[in-house]
Amino acid sequence: MAEITLQDIIQPENLVYEKSKLLTEKPFHYCPGCGHGTVHRIIAEVLEELGVDDRTIGVSPVGCAVMAYDYFDVDFVEAAHGRAPACATGIKRVWPDKVVFSYQGDGDLAAIGTCETIHTCNRGENITMIFVNNGIYGMTGGQMAPTTLVGMKTATTPYGRMPQWPDGTPNNGFPLQITQLIAQLPGTRYVTRQAVFSAAAVRNAKKAIKKAFQNQIENKNGVNFVEIVSNCNSNWKMSAVDANKWLQDNMLPVYPLGDLKDNFELIKK
Amino acid sequence: MAKFRGAIVVDTERCKGCGVCITACPCGVIELAKEVNGKGYNYAFMANPEACIGCASCGITCPDGVIKVYKKAL
Ligand SMILES: Cc1ncc(C[n+]2csc(CCOP(=O)(O)OP(=O)(O)O)c2C)c(N)n1
Ligand code: SF4
Ligand code: SF4
Ligand code: SF4
Ligand SMILES: [Mg+2]
Repeated sequence: MAEITLQDIIQPENLVYEKSKLLTEKPFHYCPGCGHGTVHRIIAEVLEELGVDDRTIGVSPVGCAVMAYDYFDVDFVEAAHGRAPACATGIKRVWPDKVVFSYQGDGDLAAIGTCETIHTCNRGENITMIFVNNGIYGMTGGQMAPTTLVGMKTATTPYGRMPQWPDGTPNNGFPLQITQLIAQLPGTRYVTRQAVFSAAAVRNAKKAIKKAFQNQIENKNGVNFVEIVSNCNSNWKMSAVDANKWLQDNMLPVYPLGDLKDNFELIKK
Repeated sequence: MAKFRGAIVVDTERCKGCGVCITACPCGVIELAKEVNGKGYNYAFMANPEACIGCASCGITCPDGVIKVYKKAL
């Protein structure tokens, strides 16, 4: 048999993967290996596959993903810090035919924006919420977030997060499992926690994001909420590869992956 | 013998040398180049092209979407 050359393989008809056409040509400003890029990529793939790009409106947060609007070739609004779900609520109510999603970090969604998160989920707005939890305020230089793990060193917890002093008096508080919390609310239809550290995790996360958009497109009422446990290698002060390993060893025991709620029913573990 | 051969094309100038694709590849195909691109990153390349099966694990985990994957049945 004649030897097959790379030129034989690298032909348009053999192409099995390339980034979505719904991503603009602008290079992501994210640090090397940052999960925000991967999450953007799979959202774009889902919107492209569902063919709803011409009627999608995204709402970007304050945080590292503040300029998400530069990367998606769909309409976007940039909300004030933590207010993305409120903004998305307004857009969806005025334009029920649009496909509306918010994209937020943990500082945005679970600290300054907790009020908007809880009430949007409690009202059961027919939107898709994407929540990228990297356990830290990435953009501002790595301060403690409500989601920071116990013992995790950050700029504002240089000795590690300590929920209480040894005598039991309150100190930094406990990691906030906001996804468990909002799963309890009657307004949430679909609540899931995913990750993007490996090919298998990316495939699962993409399936979950697709479902979270499909539910909205089919006008099924209620919030569709997807948490992605992600990395912030720069502020965790690790390489991207080490951060993905650290995430599996340390983040996942506190933030386990899988569906928490489907069709308004809590999933018993 | 493998039923498929694969190949990847890395957009070298957009690669950030994070190495995530190297961990994702089940076949040990990818390494980081000794040379750097215009931004100073050691970019990913196919060090062992014959081993590639075109599974696309690298492409779907690359945060920057800079890998195109090709797959050909033999
Ligand atoms: C009203 C207001 N308060 C504080 C800030 C400063 N600030 C910018 S981003 C951010 C936190 C971002 O963290 P997160 O939402 O987790 O996003 P990440 O960068 O980690 O993706 C803070 C506190 C601000 N921009 N506006
Ligand atoms: S600071 Fe953290 S969250 Fe922000 S781009 Fe860098 S790695 Fe990503
Ligand atoms: S995952 Fe992407 S950006 Fe990172 S080294 Fe591989 S090709 Fe380059
Ligand atoms: S397509 Fe699969 S085998 Fe080929 S380089 Fe990528 S991960 Fe490795
Ligand atoms: Mg964060």
